[in-house]
Amino acid sequence: MDTSTDPKRTEPLLQLRGISKRFTGVRALDEVDLDVRAGELHVLFGENGAGKSTLINVIAGTFPPNEGTFRFGGEEIRHLTPQRARAIGISPVFQEFSLVPSLTVEENLFLGREISSKGVLRAREMRKRAQALIGELGFDLNPSQRVDDLSRAHQQMAEIAKALLGRARLLILDEPTASLTERETGRLFELIARLKSQNVGIIYVSHRMREIRALADRVTVLRDGRHIRTLDAATSTDSELVELMTGRKIDLLFPTIPHKATEVMVDVENLTLVDGSVRDVNFYARAGEITGIAGLVGCGKSELIRAIYGLEPVTAGIVRIDGTPYDFPTPRHSLKRGVAYFPANRVAEGLALSRPIRENVSMTVLDLPSFARFGILRQGAERVRITAIMEQLQLRPLNIERAAGALSGGNRQKVMLGRALTRDLTVFLFDEPSVGIDVGAKLEVYEFMKRLVEAGAAVIVVSSELPEVLALSNRLYVMHNGRIAAELEGAEKTEQNVLASFFKSDIAAEVA
Amino acid sequence: MSATLTASRPHSAIALGRSIVGRVSFLPTLLVALVAGMSAIDPQFYGIINILNILRNASFLAIVACGQALVIIAGGFDLSVGAVVALASVVTAKAMAAASGNFPGNNAVIIASGVAAGLGCGVAVGLVNGFCVAKLKVSGFVVTLGTMSATAGVGLMITSGIPVYGMPEIFVKGFGRAQVFGLPTAVYVALAVVLVMMFAQRRTLFGRYVYAIGGNVDAAVVSGVSIQRHIVGTYVVSSVLAALTGILLTAQVGSGQASFGGDRMMLQSIAAAVIGGVSLRGGVGRVEIVTISALFLIILGNALNLLHIDSRLQPVFLGVIMVAAVALDELSRRRKSRV
Repeated sequence: MDTSTDPKRTEPLLQLRGISKRFTGVRALDEVDLDVRAGELHVLFGENGAGKSTLINVIAGTFPPNEGTFRFGGEEIRHLTPQRARAIGISPVFQEFSLVPSLTVEENLFLGREISSKGVLRAREMRKRAQALIGELGFDLNPSQRVDDLSRAHQQMAEIAKALLGRARLLILDEPTASLTERETGRLFELIARLKSQNVGIIYVSHRMREIRALADRVTVLRDGRHIRTLDAATSTDSELVELMTGRKIDLLFPTIPHKATEVMVDVENLTLVDGSVRDVNFYARAGEITGIAGLVGCGKSELIRAIYGLEPVTAGIVRIDGTPYDFPTPRHSLKRGVAYFPANRVAEGLALSRPIRENVSMTVLDLPSFARFGILRQGAERVRITAIMEQLQLRPLNIERAAGALSGGNRQKVMLGRALTRDLTVFLFDEPSVGIDVGAKLEVYEFMKRLVEAGAAVIVVSSELPEVLALSNRLYVMHNGRIAAELEGAEKTEQNVLASFFKSDIAAEVA
Repeated sequence: MSATLTASRPHSAIALGRSIVGRVSFLPTLLVALVAGMSAIDPQFYGIINILNILRNASFLAIVACGQALVIIAGGFDLSVGAVVALASVVTAKAMAAASGNFPGNNAVIIASGVAAGLGCGVAVGLVNGFCVAKLKVSGFVVTLGTMSATAGVGLMITSGIPVYGMPEIFVKGFGRAQVFGLPTAVYVALAVVLVMMFAQRRTLFGRYVYAIGGNVDAAVVSGVSIQRHIVGTYVVSSVLAALTGILLTAQVGSGQASFGGDRMMLQSIAAAVIGGVSLRGGVGRVEIVTISALFLIILGNALNLLHIDSRLQPVFLGVIMVAAVALDELSRRRKSRV
């Protein structure tokens, strides 16, 4: 198989020409060309729905292209299946994990390629290899733990480890850092550098400029399923890339938000949760400002706002909403009190994918008489209201009868935001608001927050993306190990200060 | 697994029309083919007696299948419906027999108490099912497997397997076997049930929340939907509709029997729901299509009987058709993509 590689030394590892892919009625890819050289990190850049996912799925063999040629390692490849792709060295790491939750990390790593003799598994050998691999990657991962007991970041590590278990020649990483902390991201970058030096080609999908700057050799920009341009990373500028991606000019990523803090809307006193993920937390959020909460994955920052909304059980402490104590919160009562929560995982907790946008948006407001009376829905009113809201949020195409499952990440986030506009709310809890959405959609989310603050709402943003919380928040809390480690305001609000409180004494040196 | 489900289309009116056509088209095609084929082969098929027979049986199945569909849409399963049909039948008959001893000649009271007792059985079993699923978090499959067994046992205990007689004549002749405008009363009852259920699915909070819970239970929680109440509701509706079928069967046959309903009714109701496009993943399905699918199943059984096909072979057809329906559904799902 590999005999023909030597004479054609110059041919790229992966060569796609004129790849087109149609789904019933939709042209997802339109004659896309892509070259990935061995030892190169090639970034795919584009908005959600630009065709990146489709393209990497074609490369990974998930589905065949309708047209175009596919050459890998100097050979024309036809009828690629995911199994065959892995066998020839194409290892994808998708955003949606390919892990079986009820199996252990180790069982997942070897799934489909277990080491066995005569049908009997050789558990010890697999354990050894799993440990060796995880050790080499520097991941803090226990091979005998069940995947559903792991945090998202750890699941991501398991997924990457799984991709690298075989002999990978082309690694596909789809937003690999979306749920990793800064430290784990650092590890991943080291790993990527090592793989590049071993002549592995890497396709990297990311919306994060910083990563693209740090890693990319070349960048291919996709828009509306078409190949726009392939540029050298070294000679291109951020604004050039964003402009190519969106087809319009975007000057500033973070809008300037005029904070005018007034009364305290959310006041938390000595809050402790049943599972101990949050302990003795005191904090408050005022109307007219964005209160940020930063922290490492698993520090309890998500649990804190989930508890306020009524999704995590509380053992001790007081939550006050607008001055009145709020005992035993439940989502239903929270909404009635004007508190809304936007989950980090929009697929798991946000949307019913089989249902239309209209039903997903109105799900939180059907208890109001303007939407339903005596248990009977007022469908005409619902349709009019939801259409107006989604128009305001610039849903494109503006068709509220589409199933939520058919939407891209950015549009899904819009559906979530739409819920906020359906009723009178005063407190908005955002849990990782920009995970998995592109720059354009992020900007819209930030603008949305800005409008909320201007209208006098209290906005709380929990985010693992440090630049995001730093730029958006008026006051910033830093959480560490379930406790508030710092409260930063004004000039104190710097990356150094946040990192310093993240890592307090023990690991501060390592990061610096 | 890619999360692509129902279609996405430009205009809502067209979308609605197309999605009905899309989902239904293969079902009516089969239905029409079956009816046309049978009419050509056997004139007995379109005889008035056979048609009334088909409609009556389809009504029974449709009522049960509508309840079953609701439970499955919410992400559950109700195996107890067949047993509830039987229990409601014997309890209705027993209650009427007892009431006619106490209030001889007062037919209104006798019938009312019998019907109330029968429906009450349905409410009770439904509450038990719903409570165990929603509060105790036992899977619906296991809970209803248990109540199916228990309910069937109670039915046998009450009757010792002997039919229960002693119902007022008017309940049987004036209702169960009566015809209004040439159609059995059961057909009107079924139509009413289907219409109410269609309304509930499209226009009520309950129906909307059932879709939401089946579509994504965690999202429904975050959205402030009270999950437990609605899950209990689906099981109660399913059991009450099964009990209603039991009462209709009792009125038609003229005696309460613990052999009504049973496993066959339960399996057929699930088959009707699944062939009618109800997704076992939850969140998808409409009762009107389930009703068409119930009609189809009954006609299929009738056709196989008329063709003198071995009754032992008939369940094989049902099995093949059910799997084929779900497979076609999956295939059409796979071709759609995310935009």
